[in-house]
Formats: sequence, C-alpha cells, structure tokens
Amino acid sequence: MEAILFYLTALVAIVSAIFVIKCRNPINSALNLVSTFICLAVLYIMLECPFMAAIQIMVYAGAIMVLVIFVIMLLNLGSIGKSSNSRGMAAGGVLAALMLLLTNAFLRRGDVSGTGGEVTSELIKSYGHTELIGKAMFTDFLLPFEIASILLLVAIVGAVIISKRDV
Amino acid sequence: MYSNLWLIPFFPLLGSIINGLVGKRIKSEKVIGGFATLLVFFSFLVACQNFFRLLGDNVKTHEIVIFSWMSVGKLQVDWGFLLDPLSAVMILVVTGVGTLIHLYSIGYMHGEEGYYRFFSYMNLFAFAMLMLVLGSNALVMFIGWEGVGLCSYLLIGYYIEKQSAGDAAKKAFVVNRIGDFGFLCGLFVLYWTLGSKGVWTFNFVEIAENAHLLETGGLVVTVVTLCFFLGACGKSAQIPLFTWLPDAMEGPTPVSALIHAATMVTAGVYMIGRMNILFAMAPSTMLTIAIVGAATAFFAATIGLAQNDIKRVLAYSTVSQLGYMFLAMGVGAFSAGIFHLMTHAFFKACLFLGSGSVIHGLHHAYHHAHLHDDPQDMRNMGGLRKKMPITFITFLVSTIAISGIPLFSGFFSKDEILWWSFGSTRGHWLLWLLGALAAAMTAFYMFRLVFMTFFGEQKTDARAKDHIPESPLTITIPLMVLGLLAVIGGYIGVPAILGGANHFHHFLDPVFGKSLHLFHIEAHGTHATEYTLMAVSVAVAVIGIFVAWVMYIKNPELPAKFVTKFAGAHKIVFNKWYIDELYDFLFVNPCKKIGTFFWRGFDVKVVDGIVNGVAWVTRGIGSGLKYTQSGYLHNYAVAMVVGVVMIVGFYVFG
Amino acid sequence: MISVHHYLLLSAILFCIGIFGVLTRKNAIVIFMCIEVMLNSVNLTFIALSRHVGNMDGQIFVFFVMTVAAAEAAVGLALIIAFFKNKESVDVDDFNMLKW
Repeated sequence: MEAILFYLTALVAIVSAIFVIKCRNPINSALNLVSTFICLAVLYIMLECPFMAAIQIMVYAGAIMVLVIFVIMLLNLGSIGKSSNSRGMAAGGVLAALMLLLTNAFLRRGDVSGTGGEVTSELIKSYGHTELIGKAMFTDFLLPFEIASILLLVAIVGAVIISKRDV
Repeated sequence: MYSNLWLIPFFPLLGSIINGLVGKRIKSEKVIGGFATLLVFFSFLVACQNFFRLLGDNVKTHEIVIFSWMSVGKLQVDWGFLLDPLSAVMILVVTGVGTLIHLYSIGYMHGEEGYYRFFSYMNLFAFAMLMLVLGSNALVMFIGWEGVGLCSYLLIGYYIEKQSAGDAAKKAFVVNRIGDFGFLCGLFVLYWTLGSKGVWTFNFVEIAENAHLLETGGLVVTVVTLCFFLGACGKSAQIPLFTWLPDAMEGPTPVSALIHAATMVTAGVYMIGRMNILFAMAPSTMLTIAIVGAATAFFAATIGLAQNDIKRVLAYSTVSQLGYMFLAMGVGAFSAGIFHLMTHAFFKACLFLGSGSVIHGLHHAYHHAHLHDDPQDMRNMGGLRKKMPITFITFLVSTIAISGIPLFSGFFSKDEILWWSFGSTRGHWLLWLLGALAAAMTAFYMFRLVFMTFFGEQKTDARAKDHIPESPLTITIPLMVLGLLAVIGGYIGVPAILGGANHFHHFLDPVFGKSLHLFHIEAHGTHATEYTLMAVSVAVAVIGIFVAWVMYIKNPELPAKFVTKFAGAHKIVFNKWYIDELYDFLFVNPCKKIGTFFWRGFDVKVVDGIVNGVAWVTRGIGSGLKYTQSGYLHNYAVAMVVGVVMIVGFYVFG
Repeated sequence: MISVHHYLLLSAILFCIGIFGVLTRKNAIVIFMCIEVMLNSVNLTFIALSRHVGNMDGQIFVFFVMTVAAAEAAVGLALIIAFFKNKESVDVDDFNMLKW
C-alpha cells in the first residue's frame, strides 16, 4: 500500500516536473509546478513530517506560486512560439543525463544506512512533529532563525526597490 | 654679539614668501614693491650694523651657528653664518645694491603682468645670495649657489609668454649645471681627501686651518681647485661657459642689473676668495684662472665692439669685467678682485639701470606712437641727453668709471688689477697686455654706447621722438645713488702709491693675508714701473674714448666705411665669434642627436616596446577570454553545471 | 518496502529535470520555476535523510531553504519585472548585460 502510494506520487511528481519544462505557456508550467509541490508534500507526510508538508503547501504551493502566477499575469506572458521556446537541447540533455548517472552511481556506491538517531517514529507520534521542530528551531537554531528574518526583510526591501525603479 | 646676523637673509625670505603667497590678492603695486624693497632695506640696515661692529672689532672672523643641520658620523654640518671682512663687504654690496634695484623695479616694472611674482623672485634671490655669501660651510653656500641659479632661471624667463625668454632661461640653467657639477666634484674630492687625513668637514674656517694637510701644488689640490674654478666659470660666465650671460638679457632690466651684473655672477669670484688658501696652494690653477680671466676680458670686449643691442653691449662688458676679476684672483690680487667686484657692482648696476631707463622711455614713446620698433636697439637712439638728463649724467659718470679714467672708482680697482697682473709673483706681462687691450676696447665700446645713445642726432622714429619722457623718481633716485657710488666708491681703496692708505686692502687682510704671506704672493716692482703702467692704462683708455669720439661724433659715416673695409672681421665679431654656433655644433647638436637616438631607438622601441608588449599580451589574453563572459545567463549556468558535474564526478570516482 | 534510496533517486531525477529546464528554456520565469523544482528536490533529500538518520537538523535546514526560496522569489521576480520594463521581454537571450 505504502509502496503503491509512493510510486504513484513519485510518478505524478516526475511527470508534472517534466511538464513544467515542456509547456509552452508559463501558466501551465506554473500549475504543473504546483502539482509537483503537492506531490512532494504527500511524500513529506509519508516521511512522518506533517509540519513540513504543511509549510510546503503554504509557502511553496501557496505564497511563492501565487507570486509567480501573479507576475506571469502582470506581464501578460502568453505561450511562446515553438522556434524560440528553448535552446541548447543537446548540451542540456547531456549534462542533465550525466548528472543523473553520476548521482545514481553515487547512490549505489554509497552506504546511507546511517545511525539511528533519537528522533524515531514513536517520538514523533508521542511528542508531535511541530513541537520537535519548534524546540530545535528556538533553541539550537535561534540565531539562524533571527538572521533568516533579516534576510526576508532585506529581500522585501530589495524587491520593492528593484521593481519600483524607473529604468 | 653678532647674533642678529640671521635676520639678514631672513627678511628677504619673509618678503618672498609673503609676496609669493598673497601677492596675487594685493591689488596695489606700491604695496607689493614697497614691502619687498623695505625688507631688503631692513637687511641692509642689519648688514650695516654688523659691518660697523666688525670694523671696530679686533677679532675679524665670527661664526654664528643658528642650529644643527645634520650630524652624520664624524661630520657635523650646521646652519651657520660666517662673518668676516669678505662676507661683510659682500652683504653690504648685495643688500645695498639690492635695495636700490628693488626701489628701481617699483617704477620700472609698473603695469607688468605678475608684478608680485617679480618681487617674490627678487626677494628670493636676495635671500639665496645672502645665504651664499654668509654660509659658514660649503653646503650652506651650495644652497645659496643653487638658489641664485634657480632665481636667475625664474627671472630670465620672467616673460613667460616669450619663447626666447624661456630658451635663454633654460640655457642659463643648463650651463650653470655644468659649473655646479664642477663645484660638487671639487667639494667631494676635498671632503674625501681631508677626511682621509682625519678632518671630516665642510666648514670654511676648518678647511682653511687644515689646508696644510694637502700637498702644496700637488695633484689633489690642483684638481680640487680646478673643479671649483669650473663651478665659478659657470656661475660667473667665463670662457668656456660664458654664452648664457648675453642671452640672459632677455629678463627684465633690473634683473640684469642685480643678478647678471652686480651680484650673482660675482659669486664665482667670491667663492675663489672664500677658499683663497686652497687656490694659493695650487699655482697651476691660479695660472689657469689668470689666463682664462684675461682671455675672457679680452675676448668679450671684442664682441662688445660690434653689438647694437644696448643691453647686449653691457652684457659683454660684464663678462669682460668678470674676466678682470678672475685675472685678479689668478694673479693673487684677491683684495683687488673683490674691490673691483664692489666698484663694478656700483657702476655696472648704474649702467644697466640707466639702459633700463632709456628702454623704459623709448618703450613708452613707441607705445604712445603705436610703433613696434625695438626699444633696445642703439641705432634707434641718439640725442637722448636732452630728453633724459639725469639718466644721461649718471650713465656718463658710470661709463667714465668703467673706462678707468682717474679719480673715478673703476680706475683704482682696475689699475690695481693691472698692476698685480704685471708685477705679481704669479703674474706675467702678457696677462697685463691682454688686460690693457681689453681696457682700451672697454673704453671704446662704452663710449660708443654713450655716443650712439645720448649724443648725435635723434634717430628715433619721428612720430615717437617727442614723447620720450625722463623716468620717474623711483628710477632716477637709484641711478643717482649708484652714480655717486661709482664716483666715490673707489676712494676706500686708493693705493699707497697715489698717497692713499688702501683701507680696503687692509680691511680684507685677515681673509687673504695668510695665503699671500704663506705662499709669497706679492706685487713687486719699482714705483717708476707702477707709474708707467698707470699712465699706459690711462692712455689706452683715453685713446679708446678718442677713437669712439672720432667714429661716432665727428665722422658718423666712418663706422659704415670701416665695416665695409673689414667686412670679414666685423662679421665674425658681430656674430660673437660664432661661439654659439660652435657650441651648437660641438655639444648641443651631438647631445640632441644622442638624445634623439635614445628617444627614438631606445625609449620608443625598447622601453615603450616592453610596456606596450605587456599590454598587448594582456589584451590578447583578454580578447581570448572575453568569449567566456558573453553576458548570457545560459553560458554561466552551463559553466556552473559543468563544475557541479565535475565535483560530483570527483566524489564518485575519486 | 520503500527505502531512503527510493526517495533519493526520486530527488535526483527531479533535480536533473530542473537542470535540464534551466539549461534549455529561454523564458526567465520558467527557469525560475525549474530552480524551484531543484530546490524542492534538495528539500526532499534533506527530509528523507533526516528521517533516515533520526535527526531534526535536516528538517530545520529545509525550513531555511524555504526562507531563502521565498526571498529569492521576491527578488528574482522583481528583477524579472524590471527586465521586462526595460526590454519588453523575459527571454534570457535578451539579457546579455551580465558582463564588464
């Protein structure tokens, strides 16, 4: 059951991802990307990380994708003619395939049966995933968390300045 | 007791700095000029005070150290001043004549562009010249030596918009550099030789005291003094380095009077006087100096015979008179040389300022009549004695003085030199003969100048001739004072044979007496000889004047006939013996060719080639690599991915 | 049983699809979305390995990746708007000012 669900979700994710780069119309690409994101959220749930799944839906499929679609519509980008759709197919394909082969070889060669940490399914079930994340976030990773807030602030200001600028 | 000595150079320095920095904002010419003049006058007052103090003092040599300059190993160099009779005379001449010429410049430079600049340079010159004569060691003297050279350069090229002025300034500077090279070489050899005997010093007093460590008449002392003499030649325009002085007349006339007649060009004479003991130790150098001096006196006088530019005649006359001074130094008549230096400063400054007054008047007249004739050409003058009476009288007096007519200052000094050149243990009758011939020619060309300028009919353009004014008081007052000095200045040194006490000679005795005594330099001869020589020199001067009178007053057409008859000789003399052309051929052009060779051959091809080659290689690499910087996002992305692939590949297979 | 290998392989496939998109597509917004795919594949790797080794740190890292992705989205899309204003195009071949 779990395996079927995994393969199904993985298949949808891959097909959606392929459609992201294949579609001529950016809106279609964006919708396929949302599909990929949702599939990944499903996989996160299967990995017993419901909080990550939730923010995956909210941040990616929600906020970021809304922003992307908003920009596409703002710029009124329709589908593009076939001839100028893409370029360098051969080089891109070769490089991507090479990358895939290499990572695959790396996976086969490497041993990922790591040591069993303290975070087990039982702990997550008893404690709750959100609590665990929150505990780690606000104790060990407090400083990066605060720095991330500054990063977002800078990004907001930068975005406003760049898009407002009269060029 | 002499602690205020430092004020003497300080005042002009102050004036130079203030006028140089804020002079541009001062609109009033009277303030600028008056300030500069007043400061030099202050120096003069301080110099007078020190002079009279020294006169009543029993100790005649005083060294005042202001502060230490450098102390290296055994060498101790101070900013020190040396006051002895020699420097006392020099500071009086420099500040006295300097004050008068500053005063003169107020009127003469009226309305010139860069008025403040002129006075700033003039004050700077006074400062440098005073450092030169007051410096207690050779390094301080050298600062003054270079300083006067710099000021000379700046002032010759004062009319910066004139090409010829710039060229003349450069010529003066370059020729002086040759002399400075000699001066420095001599200094180093002397320093090293004395140092190897245990005396590391630049101090004049110590050098004089330790001169006995050197071998008298030996190679070292001869080389040293010859090097010093080369320096003196450059500064004082002696053969072979005299060509810059006539060109230096491009500067304003007060500059010619102060720098190129009265003070700076006499620095070489002063320097020989300052180191007289070394020169006395080297008879062959003394002989060289005497020969060069006599030759210069004669040679420059011949050129002066045929020039038409009023200032150029005076310039060659200056070279000739400087030759007399060197002749005096060469035959051991040190005090006579300094004496002639002083009287020459009076009458030659007066002559230059008088010529300036004439030029000023003519310039004014031409300007009034909108003419562009040359106000310095004597052929355009004549009959000016009625227009400019004060200028005429002072000029005439000075001319008589320079011609060596008895009772005027030039007679006493010149006659003493001639007597020494004949009768000195280091003299020779040939030297006397050259000197006497030069004296005759001097009398001739100076009176030719006077006759052409002030006598005869007026040859100035008719439209301008009625507008020639007598110069203003600021110009005539210095003329009168200097004219007076040209008459009476000689009476402080009346020789014993004419019933005088020769105070000047005795006053300078503490400086020169020792070397004269040690090396038995004296003029000996019977009174009859001395009288005869005196009579001869007066006679030749009178003959010279008479010939000039015949040629330029009685028969004004005679010079033209003379020129046609002796066309060849006249041409040579008129063109200054082609010395400039000879130097151009021998030195200047080969130097230029070498320079051009190194410029075209070495600098452009090799040096620039290396630099450009590096640039070419860099540019080539850059133009090859610029294709990696296409600006297209894809290329960068591809590069990144290739890098990632390689790193992963390294992990996988490495 | 689904092992961590399956997740990692899926992640690698998604990553390579993203690379291919970035290298071949011309539309800046599509390239941007391909980068999001790549980031997500990395997130998946982080979470899978985090669960596999039993450690929360990987998931915290995903959180920060998301933060950066959000910032990147804001700034990147602003840049695309600025470019579009300038060139009336979002075609990356029209952007060649990334030199000198």
